[in-house]
Amino acid sequence: MNFDFSDDQKFLRDEARKFLEAQCTTAHVREVLDDDSKSHNEGVWKQIVEMGWLGAAIPEEYGGLGLGMLELCVIAEELGRVLAPVPFGSSAYFFAEALKLAGSDEQKSQLLPKVADGSLIGCIAVSEGPGEIKAGTIATRLKDGVISGKKIPVTDGDIATHAIVLVKDGSGESLVIVDLNQSGVSREPVKTLEPTRSHATISFDGASAELLGEAGNGMALLDQINDRAAVLLAFEQLGGASRCLEMANDYAKERVAFGRAIGGNQAIKHKLADMYVKNEVARSNAYYGAWALSSDAAELPEAAAAARVAASEAYWFASKENIQTHGGMGFTWEVDCHLFYRRAKLLAVQAGSPAVWKEKLVSALEAKNG
Amino acid sequence: MDFNDTPEEAEFRAEANAFLSQHLKPKTPGALRSVGREDFLERAKAWQKTKAEGGFAQITWPKEMGGRGGTVMQQVIWGQEEAKFDAPTGPFAIGLGMCVPTVIAFGSDEHKKRYVQKALMGEEIWCQLFSEPAAGSDVAGLKTKAVKDGDEWVINGQKVWTSGAHYSDYGILLVRTDPNVPKHKGLTMFIVDMKQKGVDVRPIHQASGGKEFNEVYFTDVRIPDSDRLGEPGMGWKVALVTLMNERLAVGGSPGPDWKEIMDYARSAGTLSDQAFRAKLADWYVAAQGYKLTKFRTQTALSRGETPGPENAIGKIINANHLQDICNSAIEMQDHFGLIVDKDEAPSDAIFQESFMWAPGLRIAGGTDEILKNIIAERVLGLPQDVRVDKDKTFAEMN
Repeated sequence: MNFDFSDDQKFLRDEARKFLEAQCTTAHVREVLDDDSKSHNEGVWKQIVEMGWLGAAIPEEYGGLGLGMLELCVIAEELGRVLAPVPFGSSAYFFAEALKLAGSDEQKSQLLPKVADGSLIGCIAVSEGPGEIKAGTIATRLKDGVISGKKIPVTDGDIATHAIVLVKDGSGESLVIVDLNQSGVSREPVKTLEPTRSHATISFDGASAELLGEAGNGMALLDQINDRAAVLLAFEQLGGASRCLEMANDYAKERVAFGRAIGGNQAIKHKLADMYVKNEVARSNAYYGAWALSSDAAELPEAAAAARVAASEAYWFASKENIQTHGGMGFTWEVDCHLFYRRAKLLAVQAGSPAVWKEKLVSALEAKNG
Repeated sequence: MDFNDTPEEAEFRAEANAFLSQHLKPKTPGALRSVGREDFLERAKAWQKTKAEGGFAQITWPKEMGGRGGTVMQQVIWGQEEAKFDAPTGPFAIGLGMCVPTVIAFGSDEHKKRYVQKALMGEEIWCQLFSEPAAGSDVAGLKTKAVKDGDEWVINGQKVWTSGAHYSDYGILLVRTDPNVPKHKGLTMFIVDMKQKGVDVRPIHQASGGKEFNEVYFTDVRIPDSDRLGEPGMGWKVALVTLMNERLAVGGSPGPDWKEIMDYARSAGTLSDQAFRAKLADWYVAAQGYKLTKFRTQTALSRGETPGPENAIGKIINANHLQDICNSAIEMQDHFGLIVDKDEAPSDAIFQESFMWAPGLRIAGGTDEILKNIIAERVLGLPQDVRVDKDKTFAEMN
């Protein structure tokens, strides 16, 4: 039984944590929060690019470090802990993984090295309106190699250079790769609950696009991409949820009311114990997802879904009860609790809400236990 | 990251499995609890003897005590393999897991000679007598008293929730020998002969309807001073050693899980219900969380590390999870869900049976609330609860 990260992976985690705690503090996050003109923290992003993390799971032949998915999971957790205000997930979890999964040799050789060196920022543009993304509901259209339609919201859509876009065409739904710096593309920022990660409306009007994978296979491919991204998102969520517990715990030990630290009251102790239990359930499920992802296991669909459901629940609970534990202080702009509450919501609904993932999980269980 | 044994672990697992296959039948599906069968005790004794003779009883005990001198990881592997077979193990879990190790740690050479081998061979069964009607979570507040009379102590009082007291030969008994000091400091531990005069074992009629636990009354029971374990007043320290020896939970879930309720829902045609599906996902995540957290514990053991109090989460998850699944299954069955008759109730009434068992599971071996205190205090480092009796003598508080 070796259900843990290796010593090398733990070393990477320790190094990443040291770096991020020094170079990506909540002051860095707030630079983006408090300035509408900022889409991300450029200084932090530059350093992350220089360390090569974007290419951690990109093979060396495509310009990456060729480490592996477990290493990317480790990095994701650390980025989640510090609320990194950078488009890392959009580029590394979604765009790069989609290319690795379905890109042609030419697409991979052309685009992956640029993801790895940061000269390309990728994103995924799927949503068009409220509710679950379903076959038959997509309005953005592909015809004769160009697309038209509107995607809202697109996480990191205003800073991305390239997008993977879900479109409908004659054969159903397809995924296409679109260069966002062309005349048929216009972008507007969208205000969201989570201003430390920028969002955009992207309008396509005859923008040229190339197919990713087979025409008509868009929904199935999107599922596969989301399964991979789900595990990585779960690690980000786990990092954030762990930080919330640490913050609540520190505060409960130092805040005095009625003559003693509030952490001595069972109402607080049990709340934090509940947080701990949820976080551990999330961690165990995330590890299983990491194992499935890194070993290309047939169990990936249910492992990814379980990781995502557990992590979304843990982060939701930890982020809201962290505010509660902080009392009135927790509801001020200056105290960091709300940053986690905001990020928790973004990560819970990006790539499908918990309800969507619960349904995916049960469908997978049903298929295997018929 | 993988789920494979190391070569040494695989070798031990194969050896354990070969031994088990030779002596036992694989567990049949559906047979969740074979406790209660009339020949259970005899079968359990016979199996314990077989294990001991084969060198598989008490894997971690030193060889000179009749153990295997193995690792905790080997004990976990043994537990996993044994759980695949119809092995009657219950009656020895507490004695060999908690009581006899206490005798080994604090008893005299004569005690060890007299008791250890017989317990190991399944000839004598032990029980643990700590809890009392007014001392459950706060067991150090117990009232059963022992008064010195020459070379003997005279015991009067009542113990409760004693598993297996009715078939036990001996017990370890925690009593108050000095009420004029704070509660933890006035306790002493003894070995007690359960078959002697003045020991009255009465079954507890549980809320679930069963009678698996007992209350034990002591009326002028005399114990020689030589059967004392540890110094007078040191009983709490001795008890902590007993409790530390609690067996690592290695078994699976003690009742129906997501798979059983999913199978039921399919047969009932309600698997397509959206609200049910969302809950099923939560149950799967909780069950996996429990199982996979144990894998993480095993990984630590496999590396020779000692898992800490974070293990308390397993029982919190598991007991609540079981209760929730059973409740939902019964409600899904609507009015019919009330029926406990196995011939009528769906799934052989496993949901109904565990529904009535689950409240006990949330209390036994540490209530949810105590376990959360343990996580809060020992894992998260939060302040201890206020203890108003801390600096007062037991007599002052009672």
